[in-house]
Amino acid sequence: MLRLIGRRLLAAAPGLAGVIAVTFLLTRALPGDPAAFFAGPAATREAIEEIRRSLGLDKNLTVQFGLYVRDLTRGDLGKSLTTGQPVRSDLISRLPASLELTACGLLLAVAVALPLGVLAATRPGSWVDHLCRMLTTAGVSLPIFFTGLLLVYIFYFLLGWAPAPLGRLDAFISPPRSITGFFLVDAVLGGDFGEIRAILRQLALPAITLGLFAMAPIARMTRAAMLGVLSSDFIRTARASGLDRRTVLVTYAFRNAMLPVVTTLGMVFSFLLGANVLVEKVFAWPGIGSYALEALIVSDYAPVQGFILTMASLYVLLNLLIDVLYGVIDPRARIEA
Amino acid sequence: MKRTTALSLLLALLFMPAPEARAQSRSETLLVVVELGPNSMDIHGVGANRPAYQSSWNLYDRLITYGVKTLPDGTRMYDYSVLKPELAESWQIAPDGMSATFKLRKDAKFHDGTPVTAKDVKWSFDRAVTVGGFPTFQMKAGSLEKPEQFGVVDDYTFRVAFLRKDKLTMPDLAVPVPVIMNSELARKHATSADPWAMEWVKNNDTGGGAYKLESWKPGQESIYVRFDEWKSGPLPKLKRVIVREVPSAGNRRALLERGDADISFDLPPKDFSEIAAAGKLAVVAHPVENAHAYVGMNVKNPPFNNLKVRQAVAYAIPYEKIFHSVMFDRGALLMGNPIATNTFGYDAKLSPYKTDMAKAKALMADAGVPNGFETQLYFDQGFATINEPAAVLVQESLGQIGIKTTINKIPGANWRNLMLKKEMPIYVNAFGGWLNYPEYFFFWNYHGQNAVFNTMSYQNPDMDKLIDAARFETDPKKYADLVRGFTKLAIAEVPRVPLYQPNLDVAMQKGITGYQYWFHRQLDFRQLSKS
Repeated sequence: MLRLIGRRLLAAAPGLAGVIAVTFLLTRALPGDPAAFFAGPAATREAIEEIRRSLGLDKNLTVQFGLYVRDLTRGDLGKSLTTGQPVRSDLISRLPASLELTACGLLLAVAVALPLGVLAATRPGSWVDHLCRMLTTAGVSLPIFFTGLLLVYIFYFLLGWAPAPLGRLDAFISPPRSITGFFLVDAVLGGDFGEIRAILRQLALPAITLGLFAMAPIARMTRAAMLGVLSSDFIRTARASGLDRRTVLVTYAFRNAMLPVVTTLGMVFSFLLGANVLVEKVFAWPGIGSYALEALIVSDYAPVQGFILTMASLYVLLNLLIDVLYGVIDPRARIEA
Repeated sequence: MKRTTALSLLLALLFMPAPEARAQSRSETLLVVVELGPNSMDIHGVGANRPAYQSSWNLYDRLITYGVKTLPDGTRMYDYSVLKPELAESWQIAPDGMSATFKLRKDAKFHDGTPVTAKDVKWSFDRAVTVGGFPTFQMKAGSLEKPEQFGVVDDYTFRVAFLRKDKLTMPDLAVPVPVIMNSELARKHATSADPWAMEWVKNNDTGGGAYKLESWKPGQESIYVRFDEWKSGPLPKLKRVIVREVPSAGNRRALLERGDADISFDLPPKDFSEIAAAGKLAVVAHPVENAHAYVGMNVKNPPFNNLKVRQAVAYAIPYEKIFHSVMFDRGALLMGNPIATNTFGYDAKLSPYKTDMAKAKALMADAGVPNGFETQLYFDQGFATINEPAAVLVQESLGQIGIKTTINKIPGANWRNLMLKKEMPIYVNAFGGWLNYPEYFFFWNYHGQNAVFNTMSYQNPDMDKLIDAARFETDPKKYADLVRGFTKLAIAEVPRVPLYQPNLDVAMQKGITGYQYWFHRQLDFRQLSKS
């Protein structure tokens, strides 16, 4: 298993190097001029050239790239001009917010979509199947920011059940003592029940928004995989041997249907990290998606590069995790690898 | 069924109303919701954004400030004609009119307890004129250019030598740039590569103003607490101010309407108009001084180098329609007048322009382009809520006189770039000046020095002569003539077509009192109170 992990990480290295080079070039190819933007509204041409020099943007691309790589090896991702802070500390403080939200959204989606998919597959054509189809269609076709705004409008503005969409915590509550940066984990470690509740309340609407969106592919994939497995020979044999329905469904069918579902989960998770951008905007969630978007608008290179690099690394780790999970679910995958 | 019970318990937990234990802290704390927060605590910093002006204004003192006046509608605004003491107790202009001597308060302290002395003022002013960029530029606008102009007479006496008799010198000392910093504290963090401690001041409170910085999470929120030992004015009522970033305009409105947030500037005109009509919240509106939104044309290149074509555009613009359906009548219509209604020299009768398609078509024929032409219409996407519908209305009207335009939305970073290049044939934009003097506005927008805001590249020696003369003219009659002169010239040559003067609107809970309009269009926490 360790060898597998090592080999996978090694194989990912050229990919990451490619990502570094491509993001560097892509951000440089953006039409904006950061020096003009950050020189301020009343700047003269000379002032802009001065800023350009101080940002190191007057040097040629190869030299800039060399400096960038040198800084990277020191763990320095550069400085964000939008927040005025080092990109690394910005990402470290914001990544947990995004991950926490994405994980909660995915968890919600899985909790609903898996049973729904299984039920729909065992009773094709029934009302559960129709419900499943309806939910998945709605989930993919409703734009994510629209769902978010709609939920805010109903549950916050009209009904007053949900708390104000002010980010991870109400403005008048101080955050839990930071241990992991994941508010929920920190609050649980701190053992403050009120705090856990306040955090859960803030999380509820954005997580549901993301969950609705993520549910569709998971439920569909579960249903399709289950249908495929249920019609296969070994299930017929199991049924014929008189095994009870539960054993047939859970032990034999579900476990075999898990492989494509896990692949989908991995894809959905990385996809959600990206889709977060809009949810973060709607709920004032201080995550990395909204951070990168702000930076992109003003051609602030360093945060955009840092964001893409972080996402690429996360993606590599996620794929690795899925491969490992494959081995756990299906011993054949282990041998093959 | 156990699972169902657990699920409903969880849901109940989530949606239970929150406890009211925080009620007390709420009544002493103001929650401001903004679209964008500060990126620096140092107004002298490179790239400090507009929200940084607000932080700086509240964290720091300046030597002097402006008076306040109450308008006929009962609202309050700063009074640019009255200068008042802030950190300086009193000041005197030398008999020859070439210097000013300030007496500092002896009891004033910085937030860390260090007394404020003249050497701090000197250090701060030296910094502002040396570091370059925006602060140096703004100081220059008041003829404050060299460190040699600033002298420490003794611990509590500070002298500014004037380079020339410039009526903007004293007013320029009360704008957000010349803040007084704790020089001892800042110096501790200075390095040979960074002698002005730019890195440190950017992230830390180095001030002695009415509010201290409690915490700052860039891109999320900044929190300010009252500095109880502040001596430069009456002690503010609000103990604490939280400024939270809420990117979605719809949510900012919802937060205000639900009573969760206290005050916000950042809503589209449509929302302000609806909130004002609903009457649940208070909306205070002031037309922004010395500002206008306009359609600019590049006068260096064809087709808009032709005066007749520009005049045709000025007769084709649907002024009322734009003001009504884009701005929801919030502000003041200008109809081609470059000077704002509450700025010296405004005269509604000076501009002949109105929407007159027949005249516009005739002018196009006169210009030799009766069949029109194709061109590109630009606007800054950062202000798309207003710019986009305005651009569409302009496009539609120009289409009627044969000018076919393609609309280009330009994202923020590139917009500055395009403004500097001065190649946009026709565009929609706005400008507002801090200091409420018409020649100051013209200096930036119409003067041949060709500042970035003169995006039309308009250069006319006659215009420059009038503007320069007005800046230093002391005789009121002659001054008024000069202002009238350059206004008429701008209307006749019409390098840009002024549309309307925007409002500075603010929506707040009814219990909030003391709001005052400032030229920098940021919130001054010191005058506000909450009941």
